[in-house]
Amino acid sequence: MKKTVLYDHHVKLGAKMTAYAGWQMPLQYSSIKDEHQAVRTAAGVFDVSHMGEIVITGEEATRLVDHVFTNDVGKMRDNQILYGFLCYENGGVVDDLLVYKFHDEAYLLVVNAANTEKDFKWIKAQNTFAATVEDRTDDYAEIALQGPKAETMLQMHTEKRLTDITFFTFDEIELDGERFLVSRTGYTGEDGFEIYGEHEAVKNLFKRLLIEHADLLPCGLGARDTLRFEVALPLYGHEIDKDITPLEAGMKFAVALDKGDFIGKKALLEQKEEGLKRRVVGLEILSKGIAREGADVHKGEKRIGHVTSGYLSPSLGKALALALIEKPHDKLGTTLEVKVRKRLLEAKVIKKKFYNK
Amino acid sequence: MGVIELKTPKELRYTETHEWVKVEEGFAYIGITDYAQDSLGEIVFVELPEENDQITQGSEFATIESVKAASDLNAPVSGVIVAVNEDLEDSPELLNEDAYENWIVKIELEDDSELDQLLSADEYKKIIEE
Repeated sequence: MKKTVLYDHHVKLGAKMTAYAGWQMPLQYSSIKDEHQAVRTAAGVFDVSHMGEIVITGEEATRLVDHVFTNDVGKMRDNQILYGFLCYENGGVVDDLLVYKFHDEAYLLVVNAANTEKDFKWIKAQNTFAATVEDRTDDYAEIALQGPKAETMLQMHTEKRLTDITFFTFDEIELDGERFLVSRTGYTGEDGFEIYGEHEAVKNLFKRLLIEHADLLPCGLGARDTLRFEVALPLYGHEIDKDITPLEAGMKFAVALDKGDFIGKKALLEQKEEGLKRRVVGLEILSKGIAREGADVHKGEKRIGHVTSGYLSPSLGKALALALIEKPHDKLGTTLEVKVRKRLLEAKVIKKKFYNK
Repeated sequence: MGVIELKTPKELRYTETHEWVKVEEGFAYIGITDYAQDSLGEIVFVELPEENDQITQGSEFATIESVKAASDLNAPVSGVIVAVNEDLEDSPELLNEDAYENWIVKIELEDDSELDQLLSADEYKKIIEE
């Protein structure tokens, strides 16, 4: 089991640790609800050093990234970030990821911890270009500072004007005299930053942030998941998977079907032309109870899908779920049933971005 | 957090799956242990059985949902449910506040000898300290 550079510090802070994707990670420090609420109303800081970092460099780096990535790399400016997918030929998802462009010959791909090795092998196998692919995960630690107060807090650690780092861009800047890569990105639906650097530097920054900002809470994977869930950001293995395409997940904004060829394009175009047979939707559970991942969704006698993620939403106080549902039962307002243990819970299709500011 | 600080009252009997039983005048009160509530974190929903339901030792009789996940409760002893703690329907967090004060079901004990198969406070304490 791998440990991040912050492992000892998490234990010292009283974190409940959990095994996740081969890493020992904090599940929660105080309580998932409190941590969730801190991110929605003030700020929270997450150790996300388990995320994978794959670096692609070389004369044809852009061509390789464009070949494996669903979004339009050709339109990227330097220091810009794009969200998108690595897909299989059949349109299923290898992983979802952020692509950071340094310049035409250097990119950073930030991928899911559970998929890092698979992604690395996949990209290398597609590399018929003059490009080098390196797994640099072990070289970097990463933390995410998220919440409406994130910018004000981080600004106190740098001369760099953080308003210049706009949404989905990044820069290499100094924080308290050490170098970091800082991007305005996140997985919570709040403003915030993801900060990459060398292990010791990240560890020191994490500690200092918590000491110097009284309303900043350390947050674990528990709150990370409830936060992303409420704003319908997909999680690999749940809303997207090798068997679920980005179109079915409702993520077509990150699939540039109008760009040149890329892996999976043909299958995704076909799927678009034939029309989707199923789609990820939001559900509000109307009966008492909580629908969890894996629960079957029925319309009368017929099984029409399954729940991909489900929670009692900490921000909204309602039982909500994301579910992969066959058409035409995906229409807003459709009533369905979710099988939870021996009971059928009534549910209604609602907009899947549950939480709006 | 340390297991040491978690309560395991002497007068109760326990299961390896973190339920407790208190016997009073032929009735058994069943709940979850302090260790269970602490491991689960904030409890947000309790799916209670119905009065008059028969429960059987070792089988599932209720479900507790924390923010993160659902956990089934196993009956430590067999019997017919004579009361369910309805306060838990609207205030599931009571289990976090005091896991021993807030029982989940009260049953009419069917077979006293089943109690002998349960753990003492000391035996249970050893399990959670491992």
